[in-house]
Amino acid sequence: MTDNWGDVLMDYDEVMDRFDPVIGLEVHVELNTASKMWCACSTEFGAPPNSQTCPVCLGLPGSLPVVNGLAVESAIRIGLALNCQVAEWCRFARKNYFYPDMPKDYQVSQYDEPICFDGHVDIEVEGEVFRVEIERVHMEEDAGKLLHVGGSTGRIHGADYSLLDYNRAGVPLMEVVTKPIRGTGAKAPQVGRAYMQFLRDTVRALGVSHARMEQGNLRCDANISLMPKGTDELGTRTETKNVNSLKSVEGALRFEMSRQGEILASGGRIKQETRMWHETGGYTTPGRSKEQAEDYRYFPEPDLVPIAPSREWVEELRATLPEPPAQRLKRLQTAWGFSDRELGDVRAIGALDLVDATVAAGCAPAAARKWWTGELSRRANEASVELEDVGVSPIQVASLQQLVDRGIVNDKLARQVIDGVIAGEGTPDEVVASRRLAVVSDDTALLLAIDAAIEADPGAAAKVRDGKVAAAGALIGAVMRQMKGTADAAKVRQLLLERLA
Amino acid sequence: MASGILQSSAADLASLIASGDLSSVEVTQAHLDQIAAVDGDVHAFLAVDTDRALAAAARVDAKRASGETLSPLAGVPIAVKDLFCYEGLPTTAGSHILEGWVPPYNSTVVNRLLANDLVILGKTNLDEFAMGSSTETSYWGPTHNPWDLTRIPGGSGGGSSASLAAFEAPLAVGTDTGGSIRQPASVTGTVGVKPTYGGTSRYGVIAMASSLDQPGPCARSVLDAALLHQVMGGYDPMDSTSIHAPLPDVVGAARSGDVAGMRIGVVKELGGEGYAPGVEQRFGEAVELLTSLGAEVVEVSCPHFVHALATYYLIMPAEVSSNLARYDAMRYGLRVGDDGERSTEEVMNLTRGAGFGEEVKRRIILGTYALSSGYYDAYYGSAQKVRTLISRDFQAAFEQCDVLVSPSTPTTAFRLGERVDDPLAMYKADLCTIPSNLAGNASGSFPCGLAPEDGLPVGFQVMAPPMADDRVYRVGAALERALESRWGGPMLAQAPRLANSLVVSA
Repeated sequence: MTDNWGDVLMDYDEVMDRFDPVIGLEVHVELNTASKMWCACSTEFGAPPNSQTCPVCLGLPGSLPVVNGLAVESAIRIGLALNCQVAEWCRFARKNYFYPDMPKDYQVSQYDEPICFDGHVDIEVEGEVFRVEIERVHMEEDAGKLLHVGGSTGRIHGADYSLLDYNRAGVPLMEVVTKPIRGTGAKAPQVGRAYMQFLRDTVRALGVSHARMEQGNLRCDANISLMPKGTDELGTRTETKNVNSLKSVEGALRFEMSRQGEILASGGRIKQETRMWHETGGYTTPGRSKEQAEDYRYFPEPDLVPIAPSREWVEELRATLPEPPAQRLKRLQTAWGFSDRELGDVRAIGALDLVDATVAAGCAPAAARKWWTGELSRRANEASVELEDVGVSPIQVASLQQLVDRGIVNDKLARQVIDGVIAGEGTPDEVVASRRLAVVSDDTALLLAIDAAIEADPGAAAKVRDGKVAAAGALIGAVMRQMKGTADAAKVRQLLLERLA
Repeated sequence: MASGILQSSAADLASLIASGDLSSVEVTQAHLDQIAAVDGDVHAFLAVDTDRALAAAARVDAKRASGETLSPLAGVPIAVKDLFCYEGLPTTAGSHILEGWVPPYNSTVVNRLLANDLVILGKTNLDEFAMGSSTETSYWGPTHNPWDLTRIPGGSGGGSSASLAAFEAPLAVGTDTGGSIRQPASVTGTVGVKPTYGGTSRYGVIAMASSLDQPGPCARSVLDAALLHQVMGGYDPMDSTSIHAPLPDVVGAARSGDVAGMRIGVVKELGGEGYAPGVEQRFGEAVELLTSLGAEVVEVSCPHFVHALATYYLIMPAEVSSNLARYDAMRYGLRVGDDGERSTEEVMNLTRGAGFGEEVKRRIILGTYALSSGYYDAYYGSAQKVRTLISRDFQAAFEQCDVLVSPSTPTTAFRLGERVDDPLAMYKADLCTIPSNLAGNASGSFPCGLAPEDGLPVGFQVMAPPMADDRVYRVGAALERALESRWGGPMLAQAPRLANSLVVSA
């Protein structure tokens, strides 16, 4: 078996027969603070190149950094959610290396004094729980973006020229590093994926990151090595970069295990290197050799003062942590009555928050699940957008379901309502009215208007219900105004009295 | 009138402008004329900003005419070391690599000068990236000492101090990393103060060594320096190392000059072998003078000061190697070898090779080595420990004394070219000044006479604890008052007259 790049791969089961995998994940989490790590520039995604820059994030001579307090707070909250210790005193450090996307030619990061350290999380895969130890959470700044133009590889070598966008330079990043994870056996790729999913859900629940992997808010470097069975000597590891989806975490780990397994089995030696993951082909290619460790000449950043989070502050932050993801899942599953499979479907497409919000807006859980995992998920895929950007909000889904429940639209018409909502024609009620979508008859629009009038004037409605038919005049007037006079007043009166009978 | 203007103190000029006896335009024009007359010989300025200076002066005059209250130094011209970013004027740091770079923003110090209506005349020469004690490493050629044009004006801020001594400007701002304000002040017979680290903002000042750099005032009198200190200093939220506390009352101290009852410590380690006899003589006389004014003088020992130079030459280059990495031809400044064929790395290499001078390269290499894996603990790590010991020496000494004193530099101005090929000899010019940078305390240099052997200025250094900058001024003012009454006028009146100078002797 070979991959697109020509590597010979070992059958996965055979890898498992002969080796124990050891994995480690380094995940960069881009925070969603409004301003950058050291300056007031906006962090908004997608602005014109270099429009969100200033002397500080361009590293102009003489400029100095000032730390973003919210970024420090976010780092501590992430650390606490991962059961880490929070340093009583820590510093930033400069990591020195030359690269055009680094305005200062050093990255301000943390070295031997991370803000959070020694944590752990428990990850469940198919009923089995694996403990993932967290080595550290540290703060640093993102680099700019290079766009290589011309050449065949899209990389700096061979390009005709390169363009630089420093909008991302100085955006706060948190790096979450696990200790080596052993004992996961054949489930190593799934554990990697589940951990990544856990991290994504956690930073989303904390509200500290947009956590959109396709926008690079979460970027994973996956380390893996194989130990021959029966030994406990760590093998040479590779570090796979560009692992930017949950599927990729699993795929990249699996691929590297098969690639390394074949090399080791045929007497070869693993090169210590970084490898690039190619999501479309599902394979890795060699990147930078790491056999000669680069010397980053770290030293404490003299332009910044140490950070000493008070214990009181840390405890305040701990007290306001959101419900841990696992606990929340259990609670929601019970409340919603979903099977493991149903809950899994919702989580797989990242719709947990959406379903939760839809239910909160008054929709039955099963119906909310159906809309998000079915019709809306399909449309998001077609439009290649995130589910939450599909153009229909949880509140709108809830009111759409109400229309269905009330028999005003059927499923087929409901899809047309969705068309209208996505097209920006208004709320589901408005779309039904303007498109004249109704199951039964022309009465639908009238009924909607009648319901609205009743809701707007409950006093009058109550009187009518009590038999004071004269009070119906006010309601009929309201309906006629809403229908802009196109309705037959006698028909309105008949339907209204039926409604309030 | 012009001659009177040039010799006036900044304080006097400000009050004459405020009273309407002089216009800021007259004052500014007089200094621009003097620059035109003498700077061909002195070479204190790298750029003169004639139009903006005159426009700013005219605005001050208009403000006065409309009855607006003026700030204490409004309308007074000032020279700015070419390390401070000032929008619209090239800022080169004395380096080829920044040739033609015009900053798109102002340093905090420049903003404060402008906000207080000082009139910026232009940018002054310095050693490349402030690395040197003679201005000879400037890519743009050396500045000459107005006392003797064949001699160095000190460094790195030789341009600022020479501009004062040549009466081209009544005030100047400098930066001091290891003595770059105080040593030039010493050898040009002017006043220079390095404030407490964190007392003035570094924002917009091209960095040499971040944990040591500190902007400060340069002037011809103690009061002028204090007035400028007051304008430029104080908390700045743009500089994380800025101290969030009110400035000490430096102006009050400079006006008082009362040293009666002050305890003054003479640092034993800063004297003796290697110190010129005339320097030691004038320093000794100044100490006696302070005693006669009621100060109590004791000798103190700061045993770790002997390691200060070595410590400095590990910490400073380490920070330099990182701070100067950004000059890589990618975003601004010089770009060499970009022929469309060469790689990014090759262009970076060629640019840095051509753009940096020998002294800058020497320090980048030293610093890169000191931070390297396997050497960090032995060099950078050990240096930080010794730095702590030096700070403790200061703390112990300040338990016994209010201030410490020493010569500002071991010798008078040496000849241009004399030490330029002998780095170690050059570095020794900062022997006395470096400890205050390592410890972050306040320190200033004040004229204390001419060395009998060569007739050149000698500087007297006063060191005070952090945030006790006022004590530096108090002692400086006492000395100035007593010496000027002995000399019958300022020491600079004894300086030889420059050819073409518009200064007329009284």
